Amino acid sequence: MGYYERSQARRVDMGLVLSYLILVLFGWMNIYSAVYSEEHSFILDFSQRYGLQFIWILISIGVAIFILYIINPGNYAPISPFLYIGMLLLLAAVIFLGREVNGSKSWFFIGSFGFQPAEFSKITTSLLLAYVMSQWNFSLSNRKEAIRAALVVLLPILLIVLEKETGSALVYLGLILVFYMEGLSGWVIILGLSLIAIFIITMAGSPLAAVVTAISAAALLRFAFSRKRVWFFTAIPVIVLMCFIPSLSNLRSEVWALILFIPHTVLWIKDLFTGKENRPSFFLLLSLLSAVILTFSVNFIFTKVLQPHQRARIENLFGITEDLQGIGYNVHQSKIAIGSGGLLGKGFLNGTQTKYNFVPEQSTDFIFCTVGEEWGFVGSLLLLAVYIFLITRIIHLASRQSDAFARIYGYCVASIFLMHVVINIGMTMGLLPVIGIPLPFLSYGGSGMVSFTILLFIFIRLDMERQMREN
Amino acid sequence: MDKKTLLIAGILVIALALVIRMFFLQIIDDKYKVNAANNALLYQTKYPARGEIYDRNNNTLVGNRTTYDIMVTPRDLQEFDTVDFCNTFHADINSVRRKLKNYRENRRKIGYQSFTFIKQVSAKDYTLFAEKQYKFPGFYAIGRTARVYPYNAGASLYGYINEADSAYLANNPEYRRGDYVGITGIEKSYEDVLRGKKGYNVMVRDVHNRVRQSFMEGKYDIEAEPGKDLVASIDGELQAYGERLMQNKVGSIVAIEPQTGEILAIVSAPGLTIEDLNNIRKEYSRLATDPYKPMFNRAVMSAYPPGSVFKTVNALIAQQNGVIKPETRFSCTRGFYYGGGKMGCHGHPSPLDLKQSIMMSCNAYYAQTFRAMMKDPNHQPISNAFNHWKEQVNKFGFGVKLGSDFPSELAGTLPSTKTYDKIHGKGRWSAYNILSLAIGQGEVGATPLQIANLAAIIANRGYYIIPHLIKNAPDSARRQKYTEKHYVGVDEEHFGPVIEGMYLSVNAPAGTGGTSWRARVEGINVCGKTGTAQNPHGKDNSVFMCFAPMENPKIAVCVYLENAGAGGSWAAPVASLIVEKYLNREVKRKEFEEAIIQTNLKQFVPVKKRR
Repeated sequence: MGYYERSQARRVDMGLVLSYLILVLFGWMNIYSAVYSEEHSFILDFSQRYGLQFIWILISIGVAIFILYIINPGNYAPISPFLYIGMLLLLAAVIFLGREVNGSKSWFFIGSFGFQPAEFSKITTSLLLAYVMSQWNFSLSNRKEAIRAALVVLLPILLIVLEKETGSALVYLGLILVFYMEGLSGWVIILGLSLIAIFIITMAGSPLAAVVTAISAAALLRFAFSRKRVWFFTAIPVIVLMCFIPSLSNLRSEVWALILFIPHTVLWIKDLFTGKENRPSFFLLLSLLSAVILTFSVNFIFTKVLQPHQRARIENLFGITEDLQGIGYNVHQSKIAIGSGGLLGKGFLNGTQTKYNFVPEQSTDFIFCTVGEEWGFVGSLLLLAVYIFLITRIIHLASRQSDAFARIYGYCVASIFLMHVVINIGMTMGLLPVIGIPLPFLSYGGSGMVSFTILLFIFIRLDMERQMREN
Repeated sequence: MDKKTLLIAGILVIALALVIRMFFLQIIDDKYKVNAANNALLYQTKYPARGEIYDRNNNTLVGNRTTYDIMVTPRDLQEFDTVDFCNTFHADINSVRRKLKNYRENRRKIGYQSFTFIKQVSAKDYTLFAEKQYKFPGFYAIGRTARVYPYNAGASLYGYINEADSAYLANNPEYRRGDYVGITGIEKSYEDVLRGKKGYNVMVRDVHNRVRQSFMEGKYDIEAEPGKDLVASIDGELQAYGERLMQNKVGSIVAIEPQTGEILAIVSAPGLTIEDLNNIRKEYSRLATDPYKPMFNRAVMSAYPPGSVFKTVNALIAQQNGVIKPETRFSCTRGFYYGGGKMGCHGHPSPLDLKQSIMMSCNAYYAQTFRAMMKDPNHQPISNAFNHWKEQVNKFGFGVKLGSDFPSELAGTLPSTKTYDKIHGKGRWSAYNILSLAIGQGEVGATPLQIANLAAIIANRGYYIIPHLIKNAPDSARRQKYTEKHYVGVDEEHFGPVIEGMYLSVNAPAGTGGTSWRARVEGINVCGKTGTAQNPHGKDNSVFMCFAPMENPKIAVCVYLENAGAGGSWAAPVASLIVEKYLNREVKRKEFEEAIIQTNLKQFVPVKKRR
């Protein structure tokens, strides 16, 4: 090993690499435990998933080394459009040529090995987004440029939705964080989150509950942005009153929404004339308006836009329909498995729920059950800590990049990991509807393993570049 | 705050939400730990033996034999030799493969559920399977009981059992899929007694999901409680004999022990055979479309015109109402003539008194008796007289359900004033319009069970106990119901002339006009009454009711034969054989018996072709 290579190795961010190795090994152990049976106990038995996963881990590490030491990182930006377009073609082709697995057509099969383009398109999309947004004259305030950047994200989403792989498409929505870091107003994110919150409250509670919550939130925000304490004193009693209204009257919730909406309109018009605070007020009005519209369109979206199986998952999440044998089975069993782990877990290979295959998709999307059952609260907490470390570390390193391409790419990687981790763990614990996406580095599966590795290690390599320049 | 800090703060908030959820699931909420334990436990159902049914002499009517259901837990299946498996059970390999394919395709939905794979495997096949069970992981056998019927008779009576269907399961939550339930007959009406209580073994799987062992050494196992046995009032020999007599005939026999109301035999021909019962699933559609309706229990469901046997009812009521006396005589000139109408009668001496009118079954006598009741000055106008009469007839068990423990029993028919108001117009009908009721024709319809019950009432001189099939119903409500005497409201003294008439009808010297002489049994004083009921479809129905012996009645019988002609010609001899068989245990008149068995009366029954 020459001097050059050694110095390079020293510049690899060991925090990221170590967390990567911890996750991969821990994942492998859990797959072994999930699939384990006495007849097949040899950990390198290649007829079993843990044996295969071992091969994928080796391949991934090979790929990682290749990325770190062979590929010139300067190539990523110029070839990203070609990679992106090639991947779009694959995404489109799989719709027609792919094989249907669990209701979605997103898999190519070569022999018995499956290959899921949607997993890899996260890499190409991130690369192209980084490339587009890192152009010297790029600015999100330029509408044309902004739309072009948005299209980079939206095109693969469209194709993936056509593959009926909605879960993976959802991950791309996380890339809005990249736009946020690169200049998009935080209000857009808050708006988006409130829309989701309102959807959830409407489904779990009632339209009225959603409207009351929205208005209360708006009133509190108004206070937060106001320097006049008087609004505070009006807002609190109004909120308290509104909490009692539903039980006091038989009026339809839509009517109440309108009645409750009036004071805010009045306040807003007053603000408009006094010329004070009209910026936050304007925004609040808009969000309130959308909240009301969304509340009443939830039913429409729910019954007309969503697919039946997606509806069933959401209904189950909110307990609208209790169906523990059917659609709710996975989540119910998964909650049982995680819940039975207790503080310290049952120990490696001792999970009963895991062993009996009560939880379907145990080694892929629901691998977190095994963690929860066998390693308990402490183990789950540590695992989550490693993920949060990985993600925040990437964000931290990205923000320090002098090169815009590396910086934006880093944000992309962090957002994608964040979405995967939150959605997956949230789903296994019954916080979110069942969205079948893997837990990075832990879930069984070659496509996922290799693509997450590539995603991460391209960033590590780009980061090496920065360190070398800084030295 | 710069954007990076905000973003990281946001991520931490989300992570905190996940941690809180984890904390609740894993530390706070115990529900999931309990569920997890339950998941690992396996409740293996133990099915109880269904109660058996014995006859009045402690012979088994419905018994049990052990069979095995082969169960499968698809999740535990491994590759096995399908051909070997099919040979063991004589199963069709394609259907087995189809089932396995279906399990594979639905494996996520199925989870750890078990299903019945093959039903009612014989003990012999089971032994074969038990030897090589290790070759077929995922399959196991559970013992079930199947019915056996030692007498080749009584199938319609016992009814059949079958797996509870979805509709039944929906209404009876205590049943599970795969449970058997009585669908007809005694199996249905005494389902609660016969079924017993299921038990279960609690088994636990080890971590490797392979060994199944008893949980806590069987501490929580519950034994199955076998169903209770029933003692039927039926006489198995008599039932089988009745069915033999009814070969090639359409109709019913009902025999009752008068003092107790216990049904000794109840035959509906053509009826179900034991063979049908054993293969009910296969035979069902054939039975359901058979033009002779073997599934239809004529003995309790058919509303036949009772014909002249009904004259006894009018004779009793008329006496009670003081309209006639035993000495009352009416003349008969080959019938009864009234304003433009005539009710025909056959040739016999005239005038007749009450007992002779029963003996010779004079129509004119009852036409006049009935007219007298309808014109009874104590009950006028006629609608009152009619309602009074109807009330009295109801007390004899006609026009109402008797309340036997036959699940399908019907009430027969008895017209009301409304019926006649509708036919003739309100207030526009007289005794003459309804005169056919005098002789058991027209709008009156009775089941053979009701007619047999009438014979029992006369034998008891004034009361009956609801005819029933089961002697040892475990609940006091049913026990009380089937021991209570129902008085018909006619004084005992009025029964004398009727019984005497019935005795003479059978036993009067030849040539003196008794209509029931063919019911004679040597050495036994049989009292009987014939009936010849007009049937709009073909020949008259042949009806006969009797009881015997006169001094201390032990059996009351009704025989009803469709389209067999005069009551004296066929129903009476059949009844006489039943009486002889029951009282003497043996029939001496072998040739006569053989002739009755061989007679084909079915040929006269017009059959409506279905579809």
